[in-house]
Amino acid sequence: MSEITAPTSRAAEVAAAHAHFHSFDEHHPENGTLLGFWLYLMSDCLVFACLFAMYGVLGRSYAAGPSGADLFELPLVALNTSLLLLSSITYGFAMLEMLKKRIGGTLVWLAVTGLLGAGFIGIELYEFAHMIHEGAGPQRSAFLSSFFTLVGTHGLHVTFGIIWLVTLMIQVGKHGLIPENRRRLLCLSMFWHFLDVVWIGVFTFVYLMGTLK
Amino acid sequence: MSEAHDVHDHDPHVEEDLHISLKGYMTGFILSVVLTAIPFWLVMGKVFDKPGTTAIVILAFAAVQIVVHMIYFLHLNAHSQGGWNMLALIFTIVLVVITLSGSLWVMFHLNHNMMPASMHEMRNMP
Repeated sequence: MSEITAPTSRAAEVAAAHAHFHSFDEHHPENGTLLGFWLYLMSDCLVFACLFAMYGVLGRSYAAGPSGADLFELPLVALNTSLLLLSSITYGFAMLEMLKKRIGGTLVWLAVTGLLGAGFIGIELYEFAHMIHEGAGPQRSAFLSSFFTLVGTHGLHVTFGIIWLVTLMIQVGKHGLIPENRRRLLCLSMFWHFLDVVWIGVFTFVYLMGTLK
Repeated sequence: MSEAHDVHDHDPHVEEDLHISLKGYMTGFILSVVLTAIPFWLVMGKVFDKPGTTAIVILAFAAVQIVVHMIYFLHLNAHSQGGWNMLALIFTIVLVVITLSGSLWVMFHLNHNMMPASMHEMRNMP
């Protein structure tokens, strides 16, 4: 008899523990995606830290070529910085519209954000083309190699951010502001603002400090 | 579609944890504009005589602006995601500081001790 009761009591115990586990789980209020995406951003932060360290080490190795003071045009960088900063606040407006559950307003502000981002990329590409045209391409010196790698990686991030943004605009237009899309918009918001944080480091450490003599 | 709407009503409102508000975004934006404009003015207007002073001041402005962005745009606080966001951030900052300061420190000494020629001779090299 005891041989039979023992397993059943154990099964009951397991079931109780299971039930307890589930009720405990129910109290956990957070959505794991946002934390996971934050961890991705932190690992991306380490990528940029390595690129910044590389630029810090090689940023003064001009190999008798042009230096930052010769190449950088600060008014252009100031324009770029303001475009990216403006795109941050317009993304914020899109988030506020999303909270009010207005699809039209969300899409309009997302479009403005995308256009500002595209403007940023356009100016950056113009700057790169101008430098390469003057013979200051990435192969010219260690300084220019590290410059193009660091700033180019940031530009690639913004480019993929724009692609993601257009994808989400289509998603929102097709399916509305369903929970899945709201979650995706929150993730993209973190990504977009994170890129602005990285750009603070770029314009300070690369452009402004590179122009100092 | 209707199923999605049902789920929506029972959805745990992740947004509410984030304290998203117009006031927060505007505060962050105005602070960022000021904290961006001053470093550009310091460098373009050549306000300080010594470049070293300018460098330290604009690095300090960048650090403050990064904190402003973290609080007002990324909505970071000690309680978001049960504190795990902050923990991951602190861990990352430690790694970033070690990477940056370690690289600069080691490579500066390497350059200093192993540079074959002076900068002047380097310029005359083919």
